[in-house]
Amino acid sequence: MWNFPLFPERASTGAHDVDFVFFCVMLVILFFLGLILSLFVTFLIRYRRGTKVNRSEPPDTNLKIEVAWVVIPLIISILLYVLATSVFFRLYRAPGDAYVVNVVGKRWMFTLQHPEGKREINELHVPIGRPVQLQMISQDVIHSFFVPAFRTKQDLLPGRYTTLWFEPTKVGKYHLFCAEYCGTNHSRMAGSVYVMEPADYERWLEVGGSNITLAKQGEALFQARHCGGCHGPSQAVRAPLLDGVYGSQVPVLREGDKVPHFVAADQRYIRDSILEPKKEIVAGYEPLMPSYRDQLGEDDLLKLIAYIKSIGLGKEAAR
Amino acid sequence: MTLVREPVTAHEDYLDAGYSLKSWLLTTDHKRIGLLYMASITFFFFVGGAAATIMRLELMTPRGDVLYTPDSYNRLFTLHGVIMVWFFLIPSIPAVLGNFLLPIMIGARDLAFPRLNLLSWYIYIVGGLLVLGVLIFGGVDTGWTFYVPFSSMFSNTNVIGAAVGVFIVGFSSILTGLNFIVTTHTMRCEGMTWERLPLFVWSMYATSLILVLATPVLAITLALLAAERIWGVGIFDPKLGGDPVLFQHLFWFYSHPAVYVMILPGFGVISEIVPCFSRRTIFGYKFMAGALLTIALVGFVVWGHHMFVSGQSMYAGMVFSLLSFIVAIPSGIKVFNWTATLYKGSIRFDTPMLYALGFIGLFTIGGLTGLVLASLGVNPHVHDTYFVVAHFHYIMVGGMVMAYLGGIHFWWPKLSGRMYPELWGKLAALTVFIGFNLTFFPQFVLGYLGMPRRVYEYAPEFQVLNVMSTAGASILAVGYVLPLAYLLLSLRYGSRATANPWRATGLEWQTESPPPTENFVEPPVVIEGPYAYSPEAAEEADHGHH
Ligand code: HEC
Ligand SMILES: [Cu+2]
Ligand SMILES: [Cu+2]
Repeated sequence: MWNFPLFPERASTGAHDVDFVFFCVMLVILFFLGLILSLFVTFLIRYRRGTKVNRSEPPDTNLKIEVAWVVIPLIISILLYVLATSVFFRLYRAPGDAYVVNVVGKRWMFTLQHPEGKREINELHVPIGRPVQLQMISQDVIHSFFVPAFRTKQDLLPGRYTTLWFEPTKVGKYHLFCAEYCGTNHSRMAGSVYVMEPADYERWLEVGGSNITLAKQGEALFQARHCGGCHGPSQAVRAPLLDGVYGSQVPVLREGDKVPHFVAADQRYIRDSILEPKKEIVAGYEPLMPSYRDQLGEDDLLKLIAYIKSIGLGKEAAR
Repeated sequence: MTLVREPVTAHEDYLDAGYSLKSWLLTTDHKRIGLLYMASITFFFFVGGAAATIMRLELMTPRGDVLYTPDSYNRLFTLHGVIMVWFFLIPSIPAVLGNFLLPIMIGARDLAFPRLNLLSWYIYIVGGLLVLGVLIFGGVDTGWTFYVPFSSMFSNTNVIGAAVGVFIVGFSSILTGLNFIVTTHTMRCEGMTWERLPLFVWSMYATSLILVLATPVLAITLALLAAERIWGVGIFDPKLGGDPVLFQHLFWFYSHPAVYVMILPGFGVISEIVPCFSRRTIFGYKFMAGALLTIALVGFVVWGHHMFVSGQSMYAGMVFSLLSFIVAIPSGIKVFNWTATLYKGSIRFDTPMLYALGFIGLFTIGGLTGLVLASLGVNPHVHDTYFVVAHFHYIMVGGMVMAYLGGIHFWWPKLSGRMYPELWGKLAALTVFIGFNLTFFPQFVLGYLGMPRRVYEYAPEFQVLNVMSTAGASILAVGYVLPLAYLLLSLRYGSRATANPWRATGLEWQTESPPPTENFVEPPVVIEGPYAYSPEAAEEADHGHH
């Protein structure tokens, strides 16, 4: 019973950085706490009623001292701020070559889908030593993807993609929690992250589950939903071809616009094009595309995006 | 602070002004209204505390067992949060001690708008009873933060009822704030210049500014929430074209400043107690008053530090983090100045002083751990874990509740005309201090380990620390029941208090205990600063007694 942990395991590159900042902040905290406590104890003992010490003319203020305890803490704070913020930059921005896993949160589970097509629930298997980026969205309320061993978390919002990345450094099984209160079974919205040797991971990917990649599943969906009817080569309606769109700058007109302006065709743009086609109309086209708001789930949307990304521009579209 | 004219003694005190229920319920005397508030917030404190006790019992084991369903747990933590924030912490020191003391401390006869003051209390009671009814019969499961779209579209509990109650009680805050601001500006007696205002009055002034400026935003936010929930107006729900993060911005725009409503009054109380029991003037008076106002103003621009992982932009996060580091500086000034006030003092350790010292220590821990949370790099790890829970309980409970209890003991002779039992007082203060640390210190460790907040079940390796926390909570409960018991008993058995048992300098001590209805028989005239104590004189006086 007594060998309970007092400090969490460290299993990612980010975890080391975060702990480093944490220790620096703790050092500052202990310094100030120590300072105040020692002054406290000294004064309380020395100046308690009845001691024979010099009490004449207690100072009522001292500008130099006041300025000192504004300026010194300010300098220390700014140093801490710079350190903590630089680490945050690294935590926030995923490297370009990260392995992307899609996450959909719903009450009360996380569904995860690997680009190779494998799906898991409340479990995430990842290879060691490779940056992994989670592309996340919620189907209902706000959830939060939290892996203490990686020292990071990010909320999953309805209607908007958010991302989180980490690079695992230690093989093992770690906790996965939902950190944002989401109703009845919030405390049970939890699971595990398995960090594996790359070879084990390849084997894991192969056993069970579909071998159809996410992009392929998206392509199938694209046909099944008749997107191709308009966007395909034999067009019934005049609609843009989607090859090379992802990752490009698209000229669009918003309501009331006279001249088009360019927006980056990313997940957000593709998602909105499918759910709210009238919001941003590709310049030179009629607003003929129907909204798929009530027909496609978040899982389907992510598949379609994976497909459109796979025929898009740039190195991100390599798969 | 010396009075030029001596008060005439043997005058009818405010407690003797009437004994009927009507004389209390229709009173416009700020002192009686203060006591009405005291009785009501004490009631709410014990309701909220009971909820916390049941939660701690549930959390003794990793599996859910004490409560049959997770929903009952979710309702309990909502009840605990809503009651403690809006019906205990926010009104606590301002509505009880502020009401009672503010006019007396500035030498006024009453607040500027006595009838409005009574109305504030009625509004508070209406809001309070409504919320209590909703929370107990039926329950609400959104947490005190009411995050959308859970609260607007998914929770099938009585969210509207609770929101209406909180909406109503907001008006009580606004009216009290307004009353205090106008009173401080217009009712100061002869010689009571701004530089002679006791720091308690400054703290009430700063708090009132926040109440008046921030509370309307809460009201608007709750109204928008209700509009979305009832009529499906799309404001926050993305399905209706809204933005859930907008709700968080609005909510924290109110709730972060509200955090300062829950601590600035504590600063005020401590700044009265420390000089009195050190028998010397406060160190750095102007900096102390300036720090209060700075916190109140800068506190309005740090709200985004609650949202670093909510999907807010990275650059917004950077600005909010920097401002949060900066808002820590004036709090630091306060702690340093209190410490310096002990230097060359003549220190006594009576119960109020024990609470004040406890406050300074616990607030310092609470404040400094805020630096961990303000650090962008570390925040994603500790956000929404028990680390946050521990941090704000160090400030709200270790800080504000300690200050409230310290203030109640300090001014008890003035409020009630009786002395509390000193030995029991010290014992209770010690119990509270030990119980508090045992309850909340393990939660820092739990948080860094990664235990999320608002959970009914948790991973088994967190159990030992949770058991420690629950053990601490039961000690803390004893520490809170003790003062309730002996203070009530002292009303009957306590020895009669003299006008100024602590030989303190504030104007409130220059009138009788309890004060006459009109506070002063003759309007006082102030000729010096608020903390004209002398440590040397105190030493000599004590020497003479032996
Ligand atoms: C009725 C014909 C029609 C169907 C069916 C249709 N679209 Fe479209 N789509 C259009 C038209 C026309 C446009 C250009 C005007 C606009 O932006 O709305 C467009 C634009 C788009 C764009 C933005 C293209 C760019 O160049 O920026 C995307 C992405 C898209 N559609 C995806 C889809 C997907 C995925 C489906 C199937 C779920 C689909 N569309 C079904 C007609 C259609
Ligand atoms: Cu959750
Ligand atoms: Cu805040």
